[in-house]
Amino acid sequence: MRKFFQQLILGGFCLAIGAGTTFAENIVIKGSTTVLPIAQVTLEAYMKANPGAKISLSGGGSGEGIKALIDGSTDIANSSREIKRAEVELAKSKGVEPKEIAVAIDAIVPIVNPKNRVKDLTIDQLSQIYQGKITNWKEVGGDDLQIVVISRDSSSGTFEAWGEMVLNKAKVTPKAQMQASNGAIVQAISKNRYAIGYIGIGYINKTVKPLTVNGVAASAKTALSKEFPVSRFLYMYTNGEPKGETAKFIKFILSSAGQNLVAKEGFVPLPADKKGKK
Amino acid sequence: MNEKILHSAMNMKWRYFKQKLFFGAVRLSALVITVALLGILAYILANGFRAITWEFLTQPPTDSMTKGGIMPAIVGTLYLTVGAILVALPLGVVSAIFLTEYAKQGALIRIIRIGVNCLAGVPSVVFGLFGLGFFVVFLKFGSSILAGALTLGILILPTIIGAAEEALKAVPQTFREASLALGVSKWNTIFRIVLPSALPGILTGAILGVGRAAGETAPIMFTAAAFFTAVLPKSIFDEVMALPYHIYVLATAGTHIEETRPLQYGTVLVLIALVLGIDLIAIIMRSMLRRNKRW
Amino acid sequence: MKNRKHSFTKHTKEIAIRDLFGFFAFLSVLLLGLILVFLFREGLPLFKQISVADFLFGTAWYPTYDPPEYGIWPLIVGSLAVTFFACIIAVPLGLLSAVYIAEIAPAGIKEILKSIIELLAGLPSVVLGFFGMVIVGPWLQETFDLPTGLNIMNAAVMLAIMAIPTISSISEDALYAVPREFKEASYALGATKYETIIRVIIPAALSGVSTAVILGMARAIGETMVVLMVAGGAAAIPEGIFDAVRPMTASIAAEMGEAPFRSGHYHALFATGIVLFLITLAFNLIADYISNRFRETGSGTL
Repeated sequence: MRKFFQQLILGGFCLAIGAGTTFAENIVIKGSTTVLPIAQVTLEAYMKANPGAKISLSGGGSGEGIKALIDGSTDIANSSREIKRAEVELAKSKGVEPKEIAVAIDAIVPIVNPKNRVKDLTIDQLSQIYQGKITNWKEVGGDDLQIVVISRDSSSGTFEAWGEMVLNKAKVTPKAQMQASNGAIVQAISKNRYAIGYIGIGYINKTVKPLTVNGVAASAKTALSKEFPVSRFLYMYTNGEPKGETAKFIKFILSSAGQNLVAKEGFVPLPADKKGKK
Repeated sequence: MNEKILHSAMNMKWRYFKQKLFFGAVRLSALVITVALLGILAYILANGFRAITWEFLTQPPTDSMTKGGIMPAIVGTLYLTVGAILVALPLGVVSAIFLTEYAKQGALIRIIRIGVNCLAGVPSVVFGLFGLGFFVVFLKFGSSILAGALTLGILILPTIIGAAEEALKAVPQTFREASLALGVSKWNTIFRIVLPSALPGILTGAILGVGRAAGETAPIMFTAAAFFTAVLPKSIFDEVMALPYHIYVLATAGTHIEETRPLQYGTVLVLIALVLGIDLIAIIMRSMLRRNKRW
Repeated sequence: MKNRKHSFTKHTKEIAIRDLFGFFAFLSVLLLGLILVFLFREGLPLFKQISVADFLFGTAWYPTYDPPEYGIWPLIVGSLAVTFFACIIAVPLGLLSAVYIAEIAPAGIKEILKSIIELLAGLPSVVLGFFGMVIVGPWLQETFDLPTGLNIMNAAVMLAIMAIPTISSISEDALYAVPREFKEASYALGATKYETIIRVIIPAALSGVSTAVILGMARAIGETMVVLMVAGGAAAIPEGIFDAVRPMTASIAAEMGEAPFRSGHYHALFATGIVLFLITLAFNLIADYISNRFRETGSGTL
């Protein structure tokens, strides 16, 4: 009995001592699920080259990443949209100076189930579908089936970017089903022949069918040239100029080795002149 | 006269028929519940056991989670539940001792009981909100094992209090009376006589609490869990991966959802094995206790 | 002399221990109060921007738009809808299985069934959410040719699985508590077992059974992971049982991470938490009240 308590207290003590150890040199990354695969694949490579580095990664959406940066709970905020003015002000009021670093280029591609006959949609049609004004596939050249609108939820930078570039800030229909990530949308669309969704170009795989927008297919070329209308930069935000381990990591992402990994994941590497900080 | 007997005989038949129907429905519902549990377990087992290899249990995930194992999540869950029990067990046992041994009937004890009951009814996501607002931000612990364990500890506190109270109440009054009659002080009676007898029951409750803490997701979503940590946590201020959160992110927010499906099943299997294993141990312990009680 | 001093310090020690323990026991109440304080502290500022009525009954939940709209009525309806349908499934199953265990089952089966129900209670909610998302969802979609398999029906089934153990075990306790004399009197009057159960035992245990149902409902409405993964995520008022909804718990869990600290959205989520907390609190208090006030008549009253 006594021994039990002794061991309990000792254990608690050890835990407390462990708490006293300083937090090791650690990079915390949070944010966009679009940027997540880039962050993951580059951090794996970076850690192979630098065995001492400790990086922890989370998703949650661009909104979460930026919020974490403002709250001071992350070193790097992944974001698939630009930081909003209100967020910048909030950050400054907390002593945080967000520094924007473009790391890749992305295209947001509308996708449907492979069984869907539709191949192309105009921006206007996409906008009407997402506002809930067009509700049946036959209105856009498909079969007589109800359109199930699938969207990212509001913490997503992809959601914001889609809202700006396609919907022109109009409200998405409340009937839209919200998914938490690009991966979840792919999953939902691949199983549902009624559905339409949108994902970052890096997430396209064989289980879904990408649509062309205004007749233009999404590719690295059309995203860079902006021919594909729904293309955007992907960012990492830091508090002020990145320092220490964080700076080294970001330098790696922007290097040609890092950008090769970006391309491997299906995204568009930055063109030589745009590389680095904006 | 014969008519009357015939009538009441037919009436009996109808009444027994109704009984048969009812009993059938009753048995059917028991069957449905059993099938539900076994069905879920069987499905997960069938789809998941292929993923269970030594590598799966001891290696971290690689290649964007499509290969490798879930070791960091297992370790993280371990840290979080141990932390939660370290918080809840002492607090819960002390509270239970007070409620059963020291408190007089009255307003105080009623308020405490209402408080414990309400705490038991708080939804897990509200605990998560509280943990985020209080431990992570207000106390500045950040997203960490510490914040997560504290949040989980509060979550299972009512469970521990309930089980400890039951265990303490089950100790026969004669034990206490004999001890006090011998001149032992109240505290020593409790500490040396009552508590040791109640210890197995308390332990059972603690085990059930551990099972509950291991399976919860919402409280740790914003207080401790990360999608991917490169190395194992070195201090209680680090984030961790955790089994339930891992299942959630792999299935909804991962980068290669379809490809990681077998791993998801495997993780689910590991979590179920852990939690149900823990629960089974507690159930067996409890029935052994009941059988062994000599008084 | 020495003895008196010795017993004084001993007595002080006793009192000190009692008060210390009492303080720790009171901590539960303090924690509850702290949770309340925090919820209100972070949630009430919302009502500088929007009235309580607009918040509760507004039908548009667009927290990230400019200007944001914070109407949670669709979320409340979503919570109520999945809870209601979950109870339709869980109450009969839970109650009937409790009757089976308490009255009809032979001893061996009784133990096994109780263990099964307890194991069912131990299933983590994320596992049920996973199962619902990956297996029940596609099955529903194919069998009924639905636009989506993630909807009220799916959530109701999985929530029922979570609520059944609560309803069953509390009902079972209530049924056990019915004094034997009641049953014996009923049999003596010539009633069949079925009639005894339906007309004597269950009515006698009614307060316990209603407590069980209410607590089961509280469990269902407070559940997060299952509805997050399975209810569909559409913040709209449902029109049918196969529509997708977004219960309050799912909304909080999904959006909490991204709402910047102390922004309007953040306050709105905490305010939703307040609503949720108050609803479950009401359920728990009602259940407590019923079980205390209408305690089943014991043999002492005979």
